[in-house]
Amino acid sequence: MDATAAVPSDAIVFDGLRKTYEALEGSIEALGPLSFGIKKGEFVSVLGPSGCGKSTLMLVAAGLDDATAGAVIIDGRPIKQAFTDLGIVFQDHALLEWRTILQNVMLHSDLRKIPAKELLPRAMDLLKKVGLEGFENRYPFELSGGMRQRAAICRALVHAPPFLFFDEPFGALDALTREQMRVDLEKLWLDRRQTVLFITHGIAEAVALSDRVVVMTSRPGRVERIIDIDLPRPRSSAVLASPEFVGYCATIKDIFSATGILKD
Amino acid sequence: MRKRQFLDAVGPLLALAVLFAGWEAAVVLFGVSEIMLPKPSRIFVEILDRAPMLALHAASTVTIILSGFMMSVAVAIPLALAISFIPIVRRVVYPIVVFSQLIPKIAIAPLFIIWFGFGVLPKVLITFLISFFPILIQAIVGFTSIRPEPIRVARSMGAGAFDMFLRIRLPHALPNLFAGLKMSMAAAAIGAIVSEFIASSRGLGYLVLVANGEMNSPLAFAGMMLLSLIGIVLYFAVELIQRVATPWDIAQRRSTPN
Repeated sequence: MDATAAVPSDAIVFDGLRKTYEALEGSIEALGPLSFGIKKGEFVSVLGPSGCGKSTLMLVAAGLDDATAGAVIIDGRPIKQAFTDLGIVFQDHALLEWRTILQNVMLHSDLRKIPAKELLPRAMDLLKKVGLEGFENRYPFELSGGMRQRAAICRALVHAPPFLFFDEPFGALDALTREQMRVDLEKLWLDRRQTVLFITHGIAEAVALSDRVVVMTSRPGRVERIIDIDLPRPRSSAVLASPEFVGYCATIKDIFSATGILKD
Repeated sequence: MRKRQFLDAVGPLLALAVLFAGWEAAVVLFGVSEIMLPKPSRIFVEILDRAPMLALHAASTVTIILSGFMMSVAVAIPLALAISFIPIVRRVVYPIVVFSQLIPKIAIAPLFIIWFGFGVLPKVLITFLISFFPILIQAIVGFTSIRPEPIRVARSMGAGAFDMFLRIRLPHALPNLFAGLKMSMAAAAIGAIVSEFIASSRGLGYLVLVANGEMNSPLAFAGMMLLSLIGIVLYFAVELIQRVATPWDIAQRRSTPN
């Protein structure tokens, strides 16, 4: 068994996953073949250059797009339709502009038919935790990009899902907001230790958040290397200033240089 | 903020008053004959003098406008749904509908008299034909312009087709739907007048035509002024419903400059 292969006990297994798109001039290889696993309660980032198919990887895992070949297996069941036992966050906050912040977080109540009474205390608690207290009845357009994304994260967490999928959730935010969001996300995650698939193109972001980083090749995205991040949590600013953290980032940079993704 | 709201409400009325005053003054100052251009005050007197007769014609016109408009809504929205969500309908029916808009509708209106006689039906049909396209196009834009992310979020919450429509696609389409309704209402007012020009013995369109023929400009202007008033009232009735139905959209439009 090679180093990247998944083990059967993994919560999420990518097994020979491949995705091609039909285009005018034949088919385009977008992703894979690729195999790896994510353990239960593990925070795994998929890190790669833009266009490597990492967003497609997440959509396929969530059952929102079909694989051309191979399979994604979550808790032993192959994904064939939209997987609903998860919270999902996109780069675009995807809040519904006709609903207030609280109504957006409570969307589960309408779509999953969960009684609002059950969901409301946790929704209020989460909004408070991410600093949106007092903004419950505002519409998304009244909030800043960072605040909208915080609301989207609350929406992904409110029904206490065992899985969390993120597709470049901080991609549209400024550097400072990004930094704070990362700290807050780790705090929220440490509360419940969900199994996380986190798609990003930020090296430091991936290292700072993850238990393991899956480094991808450029298109069609394959697994180049999987790196265990052995740093203490929470990842305080002291941890992020440590030689170990800097070393992990340098290792990944070297991989991108060696594969020609980063050039001097 | 309050000052701005006050200005929003009173500003247009004030502008209208200034316009009428200028019109009145110009007619008096330059000695324009009543047949060329009656004074606004003369028109208002005409409206008051002939109120019962004008009301009868206005009622007939409003009936045609509303019947044609409701027929447009009843046909355009289901058709927009079919075109938006059934690929074969989109490919086959949509081009025909667009093509039908290239036919000069006013030119074929007389044909409707031949086909459907002189009753209410041809007038409602002409009104419908002129007013149904804006609502159809806006409804299609509303139903199809949604970004993939909200749909994906809803799918990952297990939303069925019914909830997906009711909770995601329909609210997203509402601002466009209302834009289409307002355009269609304005078009229906025009359609009703056209239909009354062509074949009628009743309605404000007919009245304006007859008054013009008799060189009775005050009465013609009285009819036109009532037609404008009816158009404005119906348009703002839709606007009012929109404000209640889509508070987020109104607030968003108000908060962005321009």
